[in-house]
Amino acid sequence: MPYINTQNDIAGIRGLMQFRPDVAIALNQLAQVLLADDASLSKRDRELIASFVSSRNECTFCMTSHGAIAAHLPEGNHELVEAIWKDYKTAPIDDKLKALLQIADKVAKGGLHVTPADIAAAKEIGASDLDIHDTVLIAATFCMFNRYVDGLGATTPDDLGFYEIVGKQRAAEGYLTKSVLLKD
Amino acid sequence: MPHIVLNPDLYGITSLLDFRPETAAPLCRLTQLLLRGESTMTEAEREMIAAHVSSLNECTFCSSAHTAATCLLPEGKESGIEPMQSALESLHISGKMKSLLQLASLVQKNGNQVTQFDIDVARKSGATDLEIHDTVLIASLFCLYNRYVDGLATLTPTDPEFYAKLGTRITTRGYLMPADGYHATDYKPT
Repeated sequence: MPYINTQNDIAGIRGLMQFRPDVAIALNQLAQVLLADDASLSKRDRELIASFVSSRNECTFCMTSHGAIAAHLPEGNHELVEAIWKDYKTAPIDDKLKALLQIADKVAKGGLHVTPADIAAAKEIGASDLDIHDTVLIAATFCMFNRYVDGLGATTPDDLGFYEIVGKQRAAEGYLTKSVLLKD
Repeated sequence: MPHIVLNPDLYGITSLLDFRPETAAPLCRLTQLLLRGESTMTEAEREMIAAHVSSLNECTFCSSAHTAATCLLPEGKESGIEPMQSALESLHISGKMKSLLQLASLVQKNGNQVTQFDIDVARKSGATDLEIHDTVLIASLFCLYNRYVDGLATLTPTDPEFYAKLGTRITTRGYLMPADGYHATDYKPT
């Protein structure tokens, strides 16, 4: 149960969004552009960054939801997601994504933690300015979403089946469609 | 020097909004809704939350800009806020506003720092659920902006005149993207 009366019983961030639908449109458009539109980084890698930052912020709802979305995208699976939560440095991912996750990790702590050496390491391994920009903005955006969800005590389901439904739907449709979990 | 190649004539968040208009568009709409949209909180109160969180995150660009904006708004002037001021606890503000700033401070640390008790304190001071919602989301949004601006090491002017001009711009024109994009001349101190 959220801390405020949202006048609905929808789980997670969508229960908060239902309370403030005009704001929800902008939030979902931001998620769509950052995570689900085609750009240089793959959708899977974008979702992995989102899930990783959420795990660092200890936001169970976002970490599990975006982990499930990553798992349902091409070349994604749950073992990979869990390996990144545990220690991205030893996870079975390429060095470029590792360098980007290092930047994301610093962003989660605070923007001033990112060093020129972190950026140089990512560039040396082939990260473009757009890759670095999007990594920083995805990480920063999840520092917002995580605080929004936990700061208002959004309902966080225990049932992993919930996250599987979310994962399948968002991997296939992106962020602009109505949740399949909502009744008409 | 910024970590990526940005328009060298632009500063802080403006240089990032200019770099990637696709992400700038929803960010600007979100900010306009939260800080300038219809609300029972004044624009000064909402700017004060933005300034407070930015100051806790040690983001000089955002804290200077939103403090400058607060100074220019009527309730901001009444609060006794000074340009470039960082600690807002001593301001002449309502008990409700003090409790909302306290809530924003907890959100700045992490969402899981907030408890039902803190929400109830805000309610008892007169805050509505919508005001509590918006306070948490504004605080969260500035945890985004502060990380975005400093995580990419954007240019941060030190001249208070720059922020006075930026404050004037955001209190008169708001946050929506200008139709013709961002131009250095709109921001450079005269």
